[in-house]
Amino acid sequence: METRDIVYIALFAAIVAALALFPPIWLPVIGVPITAQSMGAMLAGGVLGAKRGSLALALFVLLVALGLPLLSGGRGGFGVFFGPTAGYIVGWIVAAFVIGYLTERFWNRLNIFTAAAICIFGGVVVLYAIGVPWSAAVAKVSVTQALTGSAPFIPGDILKAIIASLVIVTVKRSYPLLGNRSAA
Amino acid sequence: MITDLYVRGATIVHRAHPGLKILLLFAISTLVFIVDTWPVLALATVLVAGGYLLAGLKPAHAWRALKPVLAIFAILLIAQLYLADIRLASYVVLRFAVLILAATLLTLTTKVSELVDGLMAGLSRAPGWVPREKIALAIAMTIRFIPRIRAQFHDVRDAQRARGLDRSIVALLVPLVVRTLKDADDIARAIEARSVD
Repeated sequence: METRDIVYIALFAAIVAALALFPPIWLPVIGVPITAQSMGAMLAGGVLGAKRGSLALALFVLLVALGLPLLSGGRGGFGVFFGPTAGYIVGWIVAAFVIGYLTERFWNRLNIFTAAAICIFGGVVVLYAIGVPWSAAVAKVSVTQALTGSAPFIPGDILKAIIASLVIVTVKRSYPLLGNRSAA
Repeated sequence: MITDLYVRGATIVHRAHPGLKILLLFAISTLVFIVDTWPVLALATVLVAGGYLLAGLKPAHAWRALKPVLAIFAILLIAQLYLADIRLASYVVLRFAVLILAATLLTLTTKVSELVDGLMAGLSRAPGWVPREKIALAIAMTIRFIPRIRAQFHDVRDAQRARGLDRSIVALLVPLVVRTLKDADDIARAIEARSVD
């Protein structure tokens, strides 16, 4: 890891914190708020790759644990990790890794469709695979019930995956960081 | 600067070693999860309430920590009432409340700088394969750059608003990310020029 990688990791952790500033969007019909912050994991993985992306999210989660109010709505501190939805926050690290790994694999064929598929897989499928059993375990409900409870958030998360993939593909065009680094 | 959630004070809880507070927090949370019974939960409740009293915190502080999770609590309570009975429903919700309050007590009575210092002290004793300086650099840099990136976020939003693009999230995020990556290159060069590496 070079100094430049450390700076990318640190600044991306700061971007995830800045995403908390987006006002939440209310989905009509379902009536759940969608916050921009969970796009942070998708963007970090899709722009920085598996290793740097997951480290950026790990750094962000560490700063939240240390007590900085960096989550949307100004939440932060150790208490966040004892709530029923803590699995999703910890899951961001894994989601960033998976999205980063797949983005690296498909780098030369990366377009809006592959990027969206990768973001939906890592940022929705993998994330829920961690968040849902976690809430089920700590809230003493079954996995099916926990999934039913989280289902209203899925459309919003898919929408965010599509937005994130648009950003990833555009950033790739103007500022590619992955791909064949030995040629650079 | 970003404000942390710390509430100023000089009580015994504020002055206790951060490491000790973290240890107690883990002890309490492990206990209520392993010995999953009402008496243990009641004991934890009394301990946490005592901690808030000792730290001179007001009920408003506890309320602020619980407010964001109230909606989830309500859903949980209804689900558990439907699945089980009022005993299990109240148990699960009370356990969450106690654990969240216990963890928040740590956050409210400990400065972020104390925790960062503690972390750094722990790192200095870490084995050699741990990239200590790099971790320290990354933590310091993120804390330093959060206000700056937030300011950039407002800059980009104002610029896009002038172009009528303020409703497009993509038009906001792309310049923010690209600008940050360019900054990162400059910062990396500046750090290397000072041969910190």
